[in-house]
Amino acid sequence: MLWDLFITFFMIGFVSFGGGYAMIPLIQEEIVHNHGWMTAQEFTDVIAVAGMSPGPIATNTAIFIGYNQMGLTGAVLSALGMILPSLMIILAIGAIFYKIQKSMMVKSAFYGLRSIITGLIVYAAILFAVNNGLVSSISWHTFSLILIFGLSLLALLRYRIHPVYVIVMSGLVGVTVYG
Amino acid sequence: MNSNPGKLTLLSQIFMTFLKIGPVTFGGGYAMIPLIEKEVVERRGWVKTKDITDIFAVAESVPGAIAINSATFIGYRLAGVSGAIAAMIGVMLPTFFIVVLLSLFFLQVQDHPKVEAAFVAIRATIVALITYAAIKIGKTAAVDKTTVALIGLTVGIMYFVHIHPVLLIIGGGLTGIGIIALKQKLGMKVDLEQEDNAPFKYSDYYIGDGI
Repeated sequence: MLWDLFITFFMIGFVSFGGGYAMIPLIQEEIVHNHGWMTAQEFTDVIAVAGMSPGPIATNTAIFIGYNQMGLTGAVLSALGMILPSLMIILAIGAIFYKIQKSMMVKSAFYGLRSIITGLIVYAAILFAVNNGLVSSISWHTFSLILIFGLSLLALLRYRIHPVYVIVMSGLVGVTVYG
Repeated sequence: MNSNPGKLTLLSQIFMTFLKIGPVTFGGGYAMIPLIEKEVVERRGWVKTKDITDIFAVAESVPGAIAINSATFIGYRLAGVSGAIAAMIGVMLPTFFIVVLLSLFFLQVQDHPKVEAAFVAIRATIVALITYAAIKIGKTAAVDKTTVALIGLTVGIMYFVHIHPVLLIIGGGLTGIGIIALKQKLGMKVDLEQEDNAPFKYSDYYIGDGI
């Protein structure tokens, strides 16, 4: 199990181009879909807590999942798995050629990579919407969730409120409305 | 160990510098970028202003969180492999313990009715956050018809066929190289320069949109 945690995040670490929320679809695929370590809803809660913690969201998610599964050792191994690939690649690049990002080849690769990662996040958004009851039967509950979704998106896009505050405000709304 | 006290001092300085940066930032690695710049360029004078942009650019192109990558890279430039490791552990350590404490706290309270109620709403907000990330990354990705088609194709493949995202990502890099090569052969103009024009928008950094 510990080895599984390490290997899973090690593999994700190697392809986690983009950082941030771009890694969510990858972690979701491994943790929920392949390993079944948590349900889609539990995974959503993990992202919420990771999003409220300081530091990079993807690494935070790995630490939380590792801790959730196997305690402190699990957290350490998940974090290590996630950051070791970056360390290895940076050491390799640093040793060889450090202006590598200027090369045509790398730019071409990112031209394709960005589109794929956008597609993966769009897919993740659809999946999360389905799993968290935003597109279920027509009811007041579904309607209220869609309203919270819409207002949150508006707060982020239009008013540029920091995600941490949006999550906290949403939680307060939840306690009032559903509590 | 005492054979090289200068190096040991440098390593502990690197470690302490990044340790301090770690816990003060919320909501993703991009928030750390201005702080890293301030510490290593202005305060310590470890990196020149003209070099720091290159360092961030490399950190961004390498898999992983940009803040951790930048720290690791700066550590490497200053003191080799041990410097890279010192910087990486330094930047990770505080957030690691904060996340562990928060996880511990969350696992204790998650079954409380009020917390459950809060999370009913928070889950809808997380869907909004992911949608927001998709819009932001989409803006940098969808530069022409080909990239828009690639985005649609990826969603379609995931929805109907479900290939492992790791394979899709590797395929995406290769497809990019193939498409650009083909377009150049056909004499079509390809704009790859946009990433140079918009390097680091400090005001808007908190989501991983800057792949």
